[in-house]
Amino acid sequence: MRTESSIRPPRRNSLHRRERRQAFGFITPAVAGLSIFTVMPVGLAIVMSVFDWPIFGEREFIGFGNYIELLTDSPDFWPALRNSVVFTVLYVPVNLVVALGLALLLGPRIRGRAIFRVIFFIPVVTPIVANALVWKLVLQPDGLLNGLSTSWFGLTLPNFLVDQNWAMIAVVAMSVWAGMGYNMLVLTAALEQLPASLLEAAQVDGARGWRMLRSIVVPLISPAIFFAAVMTIISSLQVFAQPQLLTGGGPGTSTIPLVMFIYNTGFEFQDLGLAAAGAWLLFILIIGVTAMQFRVQKRWVHYEH
Amino acid sequence: MSTETFGAPVPGAPPRAGVPAADRPTRRRRRASFGGEGSRLGTVVAYIVAVVAALVFVTPLVYAFFSALKPSREVLLAPPRLIGTEVRWQNFADVFEYAPFRTYITNSFIVSVAGTLVVLFVSATAGYAFARLRWPGRDIVFVLFLGTLMVPQEVLVIPMFVVMQWFGWVDTYQSLVFPWAFTAFGTFLMRQFFRGIPYELEEAARVDGAGPVRTFLRIILPLTGSALAVLAVFTFLNYWNSYLWPLITVNDYSTLGTLPIGLASFATQTGTRWDLQMAASIISMIPTTILVIALQKHLVKGIATSGLGGR
Repeated sequence: MRTESSIRPPRRNSLHRRERRQAFGFITPAVAGLSIFTVMPVGLAIVMSVFDWPIFGEREFIGFGNYIELLTDSPDFWPALRNSVVFTVLYVPVNLVVALGLALLLGPRIRGRAIFRVIFFIPVVTPIVANALVWKLVLQPDGLLNGLSTSWFGLTLPNFLVDQNWAMIAVVAMSVWAGMGYNMLVLTAALEQLPASLLEAAQVDGARGWRMLRSIVVPLISPAIFFAAVMTIISSLQVFAQPQLLTGGGPGTSTIPLVMFIYNTGFEFQDLGLAAAGAWLLFILIIGVTAMQFRVQKRWVHYEH
Repeated sequence: MSTETFGAPVPGAPPRAGVPAADRPTRRRRRASFGGEGSRLGTVVAYIVAVVAALVFVTPLVYAFFSALKPSREVLLAPPRLIGTEVRWQNFADVFEYAPFRTYITNSFIVSVAGTLVVLFVSATAGYAFARLRWPGRDIVFVLFLGTLMVPQEVLVIPMFVVMQWFGWVDTYQSLVFPWAFTAFGTFLMRQFFRGIPYELEEAARVDGAGPVRTFLRIILPLTGSALAVLAVFTFLNYWNSYLWPLITVNDYSTLGTLPIGLASFATQTGTRWDLQMAASIISMIPTTILVIALQKHLVKGIATSGLGGR
């Protein structure tokens, strides 16, 4: 690959030495920063997870005590894990289906599609706190949704945010609204890359509508769908702000996800060791789910090369 | 937006110098992309579905905006009305009386701009070292860099807080800027971009005796505008919207509160003053919304460059 060594054979060594020295300069800020702000915290997180580590006060080594407490004794850990899984199972498919639907809808035949895309993308970039507050108002008993339902259909809706059965659905709905614009653009980018010749050939062969979508388009953009699915699952296992702001984790513990459990454990109950152990269990869950997806992808993701 | 924009598999290849005149007529031809063909009826239906979907989608935001203009006690009235008995623009001004939103906004700008500058500097330099320079251990270090991408923020926040305690950085701007400014993502993005730049450009500079630093500043960096812009926008948005970390590291909201945590605490304090909460929410949405509208032409390409890059 490298050809420059042949350019000036006599001064090769001094040039190399200078390049090495300067490379060191180029790489140092990143290496130093990553060491201090990623590698060190990761190491520290391992240590903390085997200590009783309050925010202030004495620390004490307790081995796997934190992990054991989480798995056998903590009242909120398993509900939080369940909530994170339920959220992910509901959120990811709806997000992907809506995103793909919009990406397909806003194709070349819609003039002004760029404006539509901006509209659907806006909540992705506005602060999630603001988005959640807006939805909190919409979902109030006398808010927009219930107000319209009662005055148009005479139908009183449940109080979504405090209802055992509806709170999680409300959190998911708000999250899909706020988040799917990103996947819409990811899939739009993939659709715009489709080779026109292939689509023409399929059309000549009589592929239309649903069949065209299922047999031609989806397989062709399956790498992008896979990418979107992997990233969306990872981010939905990390959900925090939406339930924290919309429902406060309630009613009871029915919408506390893992990250909120970790946050509460660390900074409300000030038990950083237990929180660190919880974070590692979350990490293991994320790695496991992601690894599983990469194993299953062979069955449905088609790479061209 | 045509398919050619995404032709190059190298993420964000250097800016294209316009399409040759001879190619232009083919762009006018109707191309057979999905949803591009079909009957006139199909197109009409597609428009209707798109418009209805967009209307439903923006309804919460429109409702929030009009709620921000109502007198407080009229926000939650059944049946819902768009406009109250008076239109109170005053609500938007009152927000700044009830909480230090001027400080929140200023802080969010300071932190987001500073963070973005650090990320751009670190990513560009490290990306160049990985893409173009030869030094021992380069490939191993690069793999380690990528490995750090797997660790989610949620695992890091707990120990990061302890690190901030050690540094005495709790309640400081540094703690809002530096902990997340060294992600390997930016370095990876820039490396991929640098690799797409032809070697010949650098060869010429090297023959003239320029070292890596001069080559980087004079030859490479000027070609990097589009990748740096994508990285800058994404980084700025991340900092601007960051919620979990400021919640942890900031206690003194009146001097160091950022917009998201300020807004959240404002909502808790003002209880049922939905008029003010909606006004504050709308205010906090304005900057990033303007950013996206300004960048609308580049949205899809930007996503393709950053999200799908290096796949």
